[in-house]
Amino acid sequence: MTLPGFPDAAPLAGLAGGALIGIAAAIMLLGLGRIAGISGIAAKAVGLGGSGITRAAAWMFVLGLPLGALVVAAASGGIEARFAGPLPLIVAGLLVGIGTRLGSGCTSGHGVCGVSRLSARSLVATGTFMLTGIATVAVMNALGWEVL
Amino acid sequence: MRAELAALISGTLFGAGLAIGGMTDPVRVRGFLDVFGAWDPTLAFVMGAALLVMAIAWRFVPRIGTPLLAENFHLPQKSDLTRKLIGGAALFGIGWGVAGLCPGPGIAALVIDFNAAAIFAASMIAGMAIVRLVEKASG
Repeated sequence: MTLPGFPDAAPLAGLAGGALIGIAAAIMLLGLGRIAGISGIAAKAVGLGGSGITRAAAWMFVLGLPLGALVVAAASGGIEARFAGPLPLIVAGLLVGIGTRLGSGCTSGHGVCGVSRLSARSLVATGTFMLTGIATVAVMNALGWEVL
Repeated sequence: MRAELAALISGTLFGAGLAIGGMTDPVRVRGFLDVFGAWDPTLAFVMGAALLVMAIAWRFVPRIGTPLLAENFHLPQKSDLTRKLIGGAALFGIGWGVAGLCPGPGIAALVIDFNAAAIFAASMIAGMAIVRLVEKASG
């Protein structure tokens, strides 16, 4: 199904994927009593902070992420994706690593878990990273810097 | 042991959800951020569905009192809003816009394009380590 006016959008796949993400985050919340904030869980796994779950559980969650993508790839015959080159990936990775630690979260922790809880700090954080993300893409497009 | 298994199941469902929703494709994520160009609203559908499920899950927290597989809830502050948090979120957003990857998709994409995802993930961990070192040095 396509969305009128947006031929590239995949609304049904988006809703299905989002529901799975919500269920995954609900398992962490109601099962382990913890937010499914991936930046925090990844930091915990590599020994750079985070709290709430054991390091073993953090590793299990982190390993599950590619495992889940692998299952989808196997079932669907491959996942369409195009990635930036090494330089933008390094710049992006550093900014994401620094920003998520200083900002105490990312798209999952603030964007999904915090916003659904109507947490004031998560609403502000999510609004902030959405705005700077939009501005970054707009500036890069204006400068003609194509990364993908 | 049961907590670790639940974490593995959660991570796997999360990774599958990202892949099904198209969020492991930086083209789609940057397409969502490209509101002044060829906007792709798919990410809003992913977020919307995830928020709906989680909004329901939050309502069970006071009802169950303690988590099913842990001693107690470890939940972040809701209102501890600092300049550091806003600055960090701003930096994260810039990085998100540059390559169209945030932590979850960056790690899940290891099975799609290992080299690209590994460069991103290693740089992300380096960034986290930098913050850790600076915070330790400044006490």
